[in-house]
Amino acid sequence: MSERRAGACHGGQAGTVVAPPPAGYRLVAIIGPPNCGKSTLFNRLTGLRQKIANFPGVTVEHHLGRVQFRGHYDVELVDLPGIYSLNPRSEDERVSHDVLHGRMAGLKKPDAVLLLLDSTSLSRHLTLAAPILSLGLPTLVLLNMADDLRARGGEIDTDALAEQLGAPVALVSAARGEGLEAVNEFLKGGIAVPRPVELPVLQDVPKCRQWAREVAQEAGYQHPAPPEWTRRLDAVFLHPLWGPLVFVFVVAMVFQTIFAGAQPLMDGVEAVVARSGAWLGGLMGETWYKSLLIDGVWSGVGSVVVFLPQIVLLFLFIALLEDSGYLARAALIADRTMARVGLQGKSFIPLLSAYACAVPAIMATRTIESRRDRIATILIAPFMTCSARLPVYTLIIAAFIPERAFLGPLLGTRAAAMLSLYVLGFAAAVLTAKILKSSVLQSERTPFVLEMPPYRMPTLQSVGLRLLDRAKAFLKRAGTVILGVSVVLWAMASVPMVDGKAPEIGHSLAGTLGRTLEPLIEPLGFNWKIGIGLVTSLAAREVIVGTLGTIYGMEPDKDAAGLQAALQKDLTFGGAVALLVFFAFAMQCMSTLAVVRRETGGWKWPAIQFTYMSVLAYVCAFAANRLFS
Amino acid sequence: MSFKEEALATPCLADLGRDEEGVVDRIDLPEDLAQRLMELGFVPGHAVQASHAAPGGDPRVFRVDGTEIALRRETARHIFLRQGGTRQA
Repeated sequence: MSERRAGACHGGQAGTVVAPPPAGYRLVAIIGPPNCGKSTLFNRLTGLRQKIANFPGVTVEHHLGRVQFRGHYDVELVDLPGIYSLNPRSEDERVSHDVLHGRMAGLKKPDAVLLLLDSTSLSRHLTLAAPILSLGLPTLVLLNMADDLRARGGEIDTDALAEQLGAPVALVSAARGEGLEAVNEFLKGGIAVPRPVELPVLQDVPKCRQWAREVAQEAGYQHPAPPEWTRRLDAVFLHPLWGPLVFVFVVAMVFQTIFAGAQPLMDGVEAVVARSGAWLGGLMGETWYKSLLIDGVWSGVGSVVVFLPQIVLLFLFIALLEDSGYLARAALIADRTMARVGLQGKSFIPLLSAYACAVPAIMATRTIESRRDRIATILIAPFMTCSARLPVYTLIIAAFIPERAFLGPLLGTRAAAMLSLYVLGFAAAVLTAKILKSSVLQSERTPFVLEMPPYRMPTLQSVGLRLLDRAKAFLKRAGTVILGVSVVLWAMASVPMVDGKAPEIGHSLAGTLGRTLEPLIEPLGFNWKIGIGLVTSLAAREVIVGTLGTIYGMEPDKDAAGLQAALQKDLTFGGAVALLVFFAFAMQCMSTLAVVRRETGGWKWPAIQFTYMSVLAYVCAFAANRLFS
Repeated sequence: MSFKEEALATPCLADLGRDEEGVVDRIDLPEDLAQRLMELGFVPGHAVQASHAAPGGDPRVFRVDGTEIALRRETARHIFLRQGGTRQA
């Protein structure tokens, strides 16, 4: 009935094996407002026994996890999105509403609820208790951040609150693992659930809040003192002068780390992939399957796995920024600038991440609650100059632009060309955002509302589990989509066989395709060889470098000068500029399309994105070829 | 000009300067948004205090009910305060 009772139950059962109680639970939902520590609690309870799943047809993902007890069957936990109320208005609320009413396809109705509230802002968070408790499901009310409440001089009588709510109540600290015995006891069905009490009218927010306030008062709730450290830190981080400076410093640090910092690690992965491939190839001898496995699969998948260190480092930063509470401040500072292009502050970090790779950037858009802003951010992210474009840019620039001083000794012509490609991508993104927000994604119904959570020390477990999550998702894609595409590309380059050997690339299926494409790409200044490169680079942009190497019979790493010379023969200057422009705009990345499909819950947006970017790339490359020839 | 009219009319959340406090009177926004803002603490009768702002003064953080919520000026303009309720906290 109360926390004390819960504790007593636990003490009595220590060390004994209990049979599953008749009222034991199988599926328990964790629900709570945003920023109340739900993920931390979920991670505490389930550890590595969890998986992410998307509900069919919605962009909101949910975590499913298992809690194991000795001598008791496992209890499954589902972590629902953070919500303020159960009125199905936003997508998050609709998902929670449907799951709790047993209306979500693919998930049975939970038979109990863990309602997690932040004990440091209880009079507000208790508002959510009314709709949740009125569901009539057995509910354990957990008051999180108990350590914070104590430290800041707040108080709550859990017994009195349990009496008021008609539900068991326990004070916990998910971050420190305090008070979790009560949760385990509840999950095993060891806490009796008393009869429900009368609850206020749900639709009336002021009445609900009034009720919450009264309940908190009855339970002797003493509001904690304002978080002193947060106030002190905000005095610097949101200072009119220091705030933007800290912001720029943080952004620069993220940028520097994902580029310079990740480079040695990426080189390391690349070397491991190349050496292990050579070693494995040596074991197989000259067979057709060696060509498939090593030249096709190993190097294809390897070219994507190389980006793993960069992605992990990027997510480490995002996790630290988010868990510490700084991300909300960064979004606040960036909001005005982002609003100019019709976006909002929360789009800033995802777009910054897109300079490394659009895949993690699109995954990072999950922090944006407004669906329209989120879709807009997803659609423009691939315009940011990702690191997969760099090998292509480097090759073409080195081959066609002589190195000269451009702006004094500071900026050479090549660096200026590279910089203008960054600007080009950025401009396309801004323009697209404007077009989107004034057409398809026009009516903005959710206002920019951003809660500033108190600063907290990120926990190793929460950050670590998140990194593991993202790394797994990335590798899974490399192991499925990229693997499939690599095999297809290899096959296209290997048939029809000549004397049991792979044909010359010009006579292969890929070569035929390149020739078929030639009339289409000729106006851009590309011949059939570039055409093959464009086809193979549909998998991933940087693949074109390797393909051109194969076509011209030169290893890009060993004979860079030879490859450049060969390209100079086949491409005019206008064609080279057109190729750069084409790569700046075209959506040549299977991984990105796959992740957009996953995050938007269907093929509609990836199809629109692919078409839009391809048309834009074609038209602009055509114009560039005319202009520079 | 409407500036003057506005100044003479009911004060709104966007009028609050740093550290100034007011009491919410009504929210003049579509039902959905008004409900969302009320869930966050902008309930008629509740005190709100203006706090830090982003460079340029927009959006601004408001302290309400023990938490801090940032709103853009365009939203704060539609949350009206009780007459004469504004004061330095």
